[in-house]
Amino acid sequence: MRSHSEPRSNPPKLRLSRRRALLALAAGLASGGVRTAAAAPAVLDFADLYEASGVLGLKFSPKLLSLKGASVAMQGYMAPPLKAESDFFVLTREPVSLCPFCSSDADWPTDIVVIHLRRAAQPTRYSDPIAVTGVLEVGSATDAATGFVSQIRLMNADFRIV
Amino acid sequence: MRQTLAAALLLSTVSAPALSQTIYPIDRAQILTGAMFDLKVEFPGLAEPGKISVTVNGQDHAQALGRAATYVAREDDKDQSAVTLRDVVIDKPGRYVVKATDGVNTREVAWDVYETAQPRKARNVILFIGDGMSNAHRVAARILARGIQEGKYKGKLTLDDMPAMALVSTSGVDSVITDSANSASAYTTGHKSSTNALGVYADRTKSTTDDPKVETITSLAQRRLNMAVGVVTNTEIEDATPASMVAHTRRRAEYDVIVQQFLDQKPDVIMGGGAANFIPKSTAGSKRGDDQDYVERFKDAGYAVATTAGEMKAASAAGAKKLLGLFNLGNMDGVLDRKFLKVGSVKRYPEQPDLTEQVKSAIEVLSKNDNGFVLMVESGLIDKFTHALDMERAIYDTIMLDNAVKVAKDFADQKNDTLILVLADHTHPVGIVGVMHDDMDGPAPNVELRDRLGIYAEAGYPSYPAPDAEGYPNKVDVKDRLALFSASFPDYYETYRPKMDGPNNPTVAGKEKGTYAANEIYAKSPGAQLRPGNLPKDGNSDVHSAEDSLLNAYGPGSEMVKGSMDNTDVFKVMAHALALGTAK
Ligand SMILES: [Zn+2]
Repeated sequence: MRSHSEPRSNPPKLRLSRRRALLALAAGLASGGVRTAAAAPAVLDFADLYEASGVLGLKFSPKLLSLKGASVAMQGYMAPPLKAESDFFVLTREPVSLCPFCSSDADWPTDIVVIHLRRAAQPTRYSDPIAVTGVLEVGSATDAATGFVSQIRLMNADFRIV
Repeated sequence: MRQTLAAALLLSTVSAPALSQTIYPIDRAQILTGAMFDLKVEFPGLAEPGKISVTVNGQDHAQALGRAATYVAREDDKDQSAVTLRDVVIDKPGRYVVKATDGVNTREVAWDVYETAQPRKARNVILFIGDGMSNAHRVAARILARGIQEGKYKGKLTLDDMPAMALVSTSGVDSVITDSANSASAYTTGHKSSTNALGVYADRTKSTTDDPKVETITSLAQRRLNMAVGVVTNTEIEDATPASMVAHTRRRAEYDVIVQQFLDQKPDVIMGGGAANFIPKSTAGSKRGDDQDYVERFKDAGYAVATTAGEMKAASAAGAKKLLGLFNLGNMDGVLDRKFLKVGSVKRYPEQPDLTEQVKSAIEVLSKNDNGFVLMVESGLIDKFTHALDMERAIYDTIMLDNAVKVAKDFADQKNDTLILVLADHTHPVGIVGVMHDDMDGPAPNVELRDRLGIYAEAGYPSYPAPDAEGYPNKVDVKDRLALFSASFPDYYETYRPKMDGPNNPTVAGKEKGTYAANEIYAKSPGAQLRPGNLPKDGNSDVHSAEDSLLNAYGPGSEMVKGSMDNTDVFKVMAHALALGTAK
C-alpha cells in the first residue's frame, strides 16, 4: 500500500434517531428471518460501548456489561476482512479507509467490535451500513489465528445490509 | 502521516542493483564535531575480509577513527558483505574522504565535519513545526485570523512578523518527495534519511533496528550541555515528527519501539496524544503488542503524568521536573472541533489542552534548567486534515500554531536569549483558488456548486465573522468561504463546504484489496460532485509535495536563516546557536 492512513477521524454521523430506526428495523428483519423464538435482540449503539473519558484506557459502559451473553443488534460498517470469504470481520462506527490487517500498524478506531459469523460470507461494499445480530462477548481476547486483540465481540452472528 | 512500511522497505531492498559499495553517512554529509554516528559500508557482493579496505583521508579507518569496524560476511543470509563501526565521533573539523574497496570496486564519499563557534548565542531553542504547513495554509490563516480589506491585511500573523526567513528544501535520500519521518529527522539530526526512517540511514537489511544511527539534538543537548529537552505535539506523541527527537528506527510505525526510545532518552517534557501505546494490551483502547504499562514506567522514572489540561497546568505550576502529558488515546482533536464544533473525540476527551497551553506548561517546566532547553512544538494535524481534504480544520490548526508561536515569542522577549524557528517539514500541493459564494447566480439547486466558485474578480472576499481574541472566526460555514483545493486527490465527493459533523473522511476501502473508493456518505451532501482521483488507486488521501517549506526565525542565531537552505541546515542553525559542536 503506497499510502497511508491518516486522520483516524470520526466522520459525519448519521442522525441518531434515524440510525436507531433503521437499526431496529434491520434487527427485526434479521431476528424474524433466521432466529428462533427468542425475544428481539437488544439494540446496542457504538456510543453505548464505553463510558466517556479514559485517556489511559477505556471503561466498558454499564449498559454493555449488562448485555454480556445476550443477543444484541448493532449497526455499523464492515472493515475489509482478511480474506474474501470470511467468518471474521471488524465492525466499525464509520466506514474505514484502511484495512487493519493490511496496515502495518494498529491504525483502526478504538471502538471496534469483532464479528464472528455463524457461517462465512462475502464482504459487503465497505460504505454500506450493515446491521449485525449476535451474542455479546466482552473482555480482552486474542484471536488465535490472526493475533487480533479485541475487547467486544458478537459471536454466532448474522448480518444484513441496511 | 503514517505510511505502511512494506512498500518502502521492499523498494529499499529490491531496487538499486548496487554497482559499487554504499557508504553511510552518505556523500556530502555534514557532520557536527563531537556528534555520534555509525559508519557502514555495504559491499555489493561477497567481499573477503583480507581484501576489504576502508580508509579515512588515506589512513586506515581503525587508526583514523580509533576502532576497527565489524565485518559481516553475509547480511540477511545473502551474498552481501558489510562492515559497520558504531558510535563514531570526529572532533576535528575538516573534509573527510572515506574510501572503501573490496579489491574490485572502489567508492569514495566526502564528509564535511564542521564545528560551531563560541560563544554560544542562544540559551534556548524552540523549533515549531507546522506539519505539512504550506503557503496556502498560512495565507488562509492570515485572512481568517487578521482580516483583509481592499487587498491589505489588517495585521500580520506572529510567524509573519519575524526578521529572518528562508526557503527550505525537503527531499530525502531515497525520494524527491519526503514524509514526516525523514524530513523531521533532517532537522533533529542534521542528516538526510529515507521515507519512514527516523534517526538512521536506511540500510539494505530487513531489520528495522540495525540501520546506521545518527545522533539527535535531544541526545546532544543532554549529553554535551546538560540542557533540558521537551517534545510537544497534538498528534500521537509516537508520530514521526515528535518521534524524530528521540527515535532511531527504519520504521516509524513501530510505536511500541518509539515509546521505549522516549523512555530511554527521557526528554523532560513529553506531551501529546497516543496514550494507546502506553497502556497494556489487555486494557480496552490499547494498541500495544504486549502487557507492559509504560505510564507506570514513566512514573517510576520520575515523571508527573497528566491526562487533562487541568492536571498539566497543576503539574507544571507545582514544579514538576519531568512531565508526561497524554491527552487522548489517539491524535488529539483539532482546535475547530475542540473550541467550536464539539465533534470528533471532544465529547470523550473534553479536557484536552490547547497547543498554546501545552507550550506554556512546557516552558514553565523546561525553563527551570539553568543550562537552557531545546523544545520542539508540532501542530501536527495541519498535515492530517490536509491529507483528508479537510481544509478548514487545517487552517484553524495553522492559526493555533501561530498562537503557540506567540506564547514562545512573549517568553523570548523577556530575555532575548531564545532562538525561535517556525517551519513545515514538507508541503502539500494546496492552493487558494477563489471564494465559494452560496448565493451566486441565484438559489440552489439550480446552479451547480462549481459555478458558485468565484474566481478572479468574482472571488471577491470571504465573509467570515471578525476573529475572536485568539484569531478564530466563531463560524466557519459562512456563505462566502475560501476555496482551498489540493492538486492531488483520490476518488472523492467534493461538497464545497466545511464538514460540520466531524473531520472529513473522503475515502473508504475499495472492492479490490488495497484500493480506495469515494465515501458514499458525502454523495448525500446537496450538489456533491464526484471527482475521479488523479492519484494511484492505492492512495487514499492527498499527498505531500516537493516544494520548499517557508522558514521564519526570531532571536539570537536567526541571522543564519536566509535565502535557500537545505533541511539539514536547520539542524546546523540550532547547533550553531547553542555552540553544540564545541568539544567538551
Ligand atoms: Zn503527511
